[in-house]
Amino acid sequence: MRGLMSTSNHSHGGAHVAHHFRDAEHQFDSAKQGIWLFMVTEILMFGGLFVGYAIFHTIYPQMFSEGASHLDWRLGFVNTLVLIASSYTMAMSIHHLQKNEKDQAVTKLWITVLCGVIFMVIKAFEYKAKFDHGLLPGHLLNVEHAHAVHANLGMYYGFYFCMTGLHGLHVLIGMGLIIWLAIRAKRGDFGADYFTPVEGVGIFWHIVDLIWIFLFPLLYLVG
Amino acid sequence: MGSHNNHSGGNHSHHIIPKEIYTRVMWALIVCTLLTVGFHYLFHNVMHGSVLAAPVAFIIAAFKAALVLMFFMGLKYDKPDNRLIFATGFFFLALLFIISVLDIYTRIAETSTL
Repeated sequence: MRGLMSTSNHSHGGAHVAHHFRDAEHQFDSAKQGIWLFMVTEILMFGGLFVGYAIFHTIYPQMFSEGASHLDWRLGFVNTLVLIASSYTMAMSIHHLQKNEKDQAVTKLWITVLCGVIFMVIKAFEYKAKFDHGLLPGHLLNVEHAHAVHANLGMYYGFYFCMTGLHGLHVLIGMGLIIWLAIRAKRGDFGADYFTPVEGVGIFWHIVDLIWIFLFPLLYLVG
Repeated sequence: MGSHNNHSGGNHSHHIIPKEIYTRVMWALIVCTLLTVGFHYLFHNVMHGSVLAAPVAFIIAAFKAALVLMFFMGLKYDKPDNRLIFATGFFFLALLFIISVLDIYTRIAETSTL
């Protein structure tokens, strides 16, 4: 078994190959395949919400239009750019690790976290404005205070808070994971021979960006 | 390396995607986002509503998503296994969407008084 192992996994500490894998390559591919299976569950989870939105949007087009009119597309636009930048720095951190450029990789990871912070701060301001105006999901909607034309406007905000809330939760979890990666990368755990956790978290972070790519036009523009 | 390792590259080291590709993809995504907002302004503020608004916004979004999947998530350079896993998930989502659309337009939209 040991004879089959790659010899490239001794530097950078973390590249220990578990006994049920042929070599480091096999271990990396298996981990990545697991991440892609997880991504399918993410696509189907958010996909269900998107299809639900499409169904009720078709039934109540004016109500959804009213809901979208309360959102400031400029904030959604800035957040789209922030997430694109963060996806770029995340991808670049892997590029640097593959070239054993540790310091640049660590910097790129921290910039990615910073982008996550900016995204969440903007999101918090948006949520605060919705709470203040009584624009809340379901029966929590304050029809008088929100000056709601449609009494069922709470349905739009049900979708809005479920979809952006679930997405925001993914951003927070992603940020936590990237902080963990940045600390480990700084410690020298990763390099060209071993960067599996960075690759996996990277794919997760990109799907968070990908979901926002659809959420932005759906919630803020088309409505 | 195992002889029965059907890795597409067959290469021991991982494919390093050039920095220039990531930079170009990022700028393409930014330009597409500006296009999305530009078209929204055109359809919403200039034409005061158009049936094209939603299709155009989602075609651009789909193009952006394809860029993220192929380059940032690396599916273009990945093993066929992972592309198949993604395609399977996408297929069932598309199936859910198509069946829902058929239902809405042939049943609910026909009979609902809403």
